[in-house]
Amino acid sequence: MDQLNAWFTQLLAGNAIFTANTLGFYWNGLVTTVQLVFLCLLLGIVLAVPLAIGRGSKRWWIKWPIYAYTYVFRGTPLLIQLYLVYYGVVFFNGIQDTIFWEVFKDAFYPALMAFTLNTAAYTTEIFRGAIKNTAKGEIEAARAYGMSKGLMMRRIILPSAFRRALPAYGNEVIFMLHASAVASVVTIMDLTGAAYYVYARFYAPFPAFIFVALIYLCLTFSIMFVFRRLEKRLLAHLRPRGA
Amino acid sequence: MNKWITSALLAGALVSGQFLGQAMAQDDKDTVRLGIDVPYEPFVMRDADGKLEGFEIDLGNELCARANLECSWVEQSWDGIIPGLLARKYDAILSSMAITPERERQVMFSLPYYNTPSVWITARDRDIDIDDKASLKGLSVGVQRGTIRDVYVTQEYGDVLDIHRYGSSQEVVNDLKSGRLDLTFEDFPIANDAIDFRQEDSPYKQLGDSIKTPTSIFGKGAAMAFRQRDKALAAKFDKAICEVYADGTFDKLMGEYFDYDLSVRPSEADCAQ
Repeated sequence: MDQLNAWFTQLLAGNAIFTANTLGFYWNGLVTTVQLVFLCLLLGIVLAVPLAIGRGSKRWWIKWPIYAYTYVFRGTPLLIQLYLVYYGVVFFNGIQDTIFWEVFKDAFYPALMAFTLNTAAYTTEIFRGAIKNTAKGEIEAARAYGMSKGLMMRRIILPSAFRRALPAYGNEVIFMLHASAVASVVTIMDLTGAAYYVYARFYAPFPAFIFVALIYLCLTFSIMFVFRRLEKRLLAHLRPRGA
Repeated sequence: MNKWITSALLAGALVSGQFLGQAMAQDDKDTVRLGIDVPYEPFVMRDADGKLEGFEIDLGNELCARANLECSWVEQSWDGIIPGLLARKYDAILSSMAITPERERQVMFSLPYYNTPSVWITARDRDIDIDDKASLKGLSVGVQRGTIRDVYVTQEYGDVLDIHRYGSSQEVVNDLKSGRLDLTFEDFPIANDAIDFRQEDSPYKQLGDSIKTPTSIFGKGAAMAFRQRDKALAAKFDKAICEVYADGTFDKLMGEYFDYDLSVRPSEADCAQ
């Protein structure tokens, strides 16, 4: 153990970049990134479930606005959406004097808002596809039992749709983690922001970005691991018997 | 017959080889590519036709003329300007780069050709004392990421001020004007151009004195940067810098763009070499 410790100290002694100070920057960045991504995914799901149900509605005045929303937010880059929310809001005259300014003054909430709207649009489409693919037989069986529409949605359609959406949603989570790297352009010190800082401070692009890439890799693999486990449990009924 | 064809081919090869050789010699020897971050008014900007103009463009062209070199300009954003030099995307940087020990590890600098102070700016109706650190607690300051002003603010005020780092100075100014920032610490020329703070009735004001020290952060001034090995090229530009100072050309160019002094006259010892 002493040997290992000495080896590690020696490893760090020779470099001017990865000091306790910069590692602290990376740690704070990691916390910010995880916070931002977790919150936007959570809010995204809360928004996406009702929107996905509405997206399949027969009434045009429910269906079309939701379609327009997902179309716009999936059709434009997240970076542009972030710029519009962060720099755009200040062009509403007098917003500085309203209560909204408490939210928009900070960089975190505009970013959270842009990310949430973006991921909600994608998640809506993922869920809608899963809902649409519900087996006809299951719906007929539910009708035969005399279930109301709401009960059928709650007991039959949504549970199986969530399971079917799981693999695609896992991808969306990973995409969102990667997309969150743009947060640094509006001064948020997330992981990429920390890497940018170290890069700009020491003019050392490789160490700064490779280190941050490794952290992103670890995060991505943890997310993949969690979704694998979930899929294994929740989609057990689809596996061949005995496997 | 065969002989004729062979000799014609041979002659053709010789001639084209010669032309090729000449063309390559011209590229290698006389054309120097200068890297610059655009815009940085009034040092460099684009006119209505998209052509580069500004103090550093004029100065750079003047230096090249004196050093008897053909120069071209290469645009490069600030974040990647030193890696770009090292990757041979251009042969020198002439982009208001301040000499710092950290940068000297990566590049070789010419004599400094100008130095500008940095200023604290805030809204005119704000009552802030920049020297009283305790009173600054919780205020936000905007700086351009990776600049010497970022280093200064981080080092001197990192424990009291909330530092927001931006990719460009336009974004800093935007957020000062939107009210997101209480303070900004800016390079004098940028502030002079982008923020109205020198008149009595302007919405912003300068706080305290202009800052030029410590030199460990603010350095000796802005200089051209070269790859470490290009000593001969750097010497040519050093000589040209001495010349434009000696015969008053520098002051004339400066007068065209600035209403304040940013000259750093090189010492005789520096020019004697």
